[in-house]
Amino acid sequence: MTDSISRETIDSDEMDPDFVDKIVEAGADRIRTCIQCGTCSSVCPSGRRTAFRTRELMRKALLGLKDEVLSSPDLWLCATCLTCLERCPRQIKVTDAIVIMRNMAVKEGYMLPQHRKVSQKLIQTGHAVPIDEANQEMRKELGLQEIPPTVHSHKDALKDVKRIMEETGFNDLVEGAEMEKDSK
Amino acid sequence: MTGSKTYSFFLGCVMPNRFPNAEKSIRTVMPELGYELEDLQGASCCPAPGVIRSFNEPTWLALASRNIALAEMAGHDLTTGCNGCYGTFKEALHIVHENPERLKEVQKVLKKSGIKYKGEADAKHILELILEVPPEEFKKKIKRPLDGLKVAVHYGCHLLKPSKLRPWEKTQRHSFLDNLVELTGAKSVKYKDKYMCCGAGGGVRGSNAPVSVDIAKEKLDNMMDAEADVLLNACSFCHLQFEFSQAQLNKEMGETKYKLPVIYVTQLLGLAMGLDPDELGLHKHVVSTQDILDRILE
Repeated sequence: MTDSISRETIDSDEMDPDFVDKIVEAGADRIRTCIQCGTCSSVCPSGRRTAFRTRELMRKALLGLKDEVLSSPDLWLCATCLTCLERCPRQIKVTDAIVIMRNMAVKEGYMLPQHRKVSQKLIQTGHAVPIDEANQEMRKELGLQEIPPTVHSHKDALKDVKRIMEETGFNDLVEGAEMEKDSK
Repeated sequence: MTGSKTYSFFLGCVMPNRFPNAEKSIRTVMPELGYELEDLQGASCCPAPGVIRSFNEPTWLALASRNIALAEMAGHDLTTGCNGCYGTFKEALHIVHENPERLKEVQKVLKKSGIKYKGEADAKHILELILEVPPEEFKKKIKRPLDGLKVAVHYGCHLLKPSKLRPWEKTQRHSFLDNLVELTGAKSVKYKDKYMCCGAGGGVRGSNAPVSVDIAKEKLDNMMDAEADVLLNACSFCHLQFEFSQAQLNKEMGETKYKLPVIYVTQLLGLAMGLDPDELGLHKHVVSTQDILDRILE
């Protein structure tokens, strides 16, 4: 090296060079253009009250810090309000990138216990928030059909919905063998 | 499938199963505005755009497509009163329109249930239908003007964003809902961070209640600082967030001040149209609406 600039190259086993490629392939195609301006963090309602920094998440993704990103509960602090996506000066689909990384996290077995629970409700009933007795009662009092005309009152439809979840791999992901890897 | 005044009514989860009073108000008001709502029999969870989509996107796309396909088979466009469901359908339609291979993928899954899907039915928010009624025509229906009522309008997120996939004017400062509210004689108050999220989405309410409720608190504080009489929303999940969070805040902080009535848009419109408050489900709220009802009905 003939110039006088000290070049430091990050060398770490924790970096997976394919990680960002997979995020790009799944749809967050402009993520590599991130200039770390921090607009995403500055508009984030979760970031206002927690240590969650969208910019940091984008940087880690670009560095390929796959395990660190996917195992972190911070990944689940995004309320998907889409403000960062709207405001990004590089037009990066930030929220899409987060959703893509969440899909990867779940595939790796990282799922918050409460999220597993809501998924199980969906698997059992076809609704993430199923009917309960109090609301059946309220529906009756309001003159509405006591059981809503959804999968709740159509067994065959529920069967279809269950089959679709099964065939698209949802049940395996939610009830798979890696349950012990619940995010802390 | 445009031009038809009959829509397939997609309920989702939260509206029929937690806030049937909001559902009741839609069923009461929409026929008065000239719309017929046909129940989408056998529909499931949309599924939620921030939660279920985050877990397994192919499952999300397949179930969303199934719900849209049910409307398609009924020969109607679909309408929903929930921003989350609306977001799911708009995004799911965009994906199958842009990527023929994704359309084939869901067609294959749905075919086994005898469901044909072309991605041709549209999905509209209930607000889009309401806003198709010309303002001067809507004004004629106002029988009980809400003069003096101060309303804090909460748009929510998925109604407006991503803006590229939404029908609204391209701005970060929308006013269509404020304008609708003001047709009733009520005043839409200015408050800080009006376009901010309610904090419920993306699985945050489910997995991190303190963060989620704190976001709702910030919005509620801003609305109360602006001396709003009511909070108005157009999303069953935002509705749940503001109804339930106020009780949680009062309990956890030893407060009594969180008692801002949370009104769904068709409840407010129905009141102004002179409809019976009970037919609008206004007697079934978590945060009591009695004070404002007394004021309006006096």
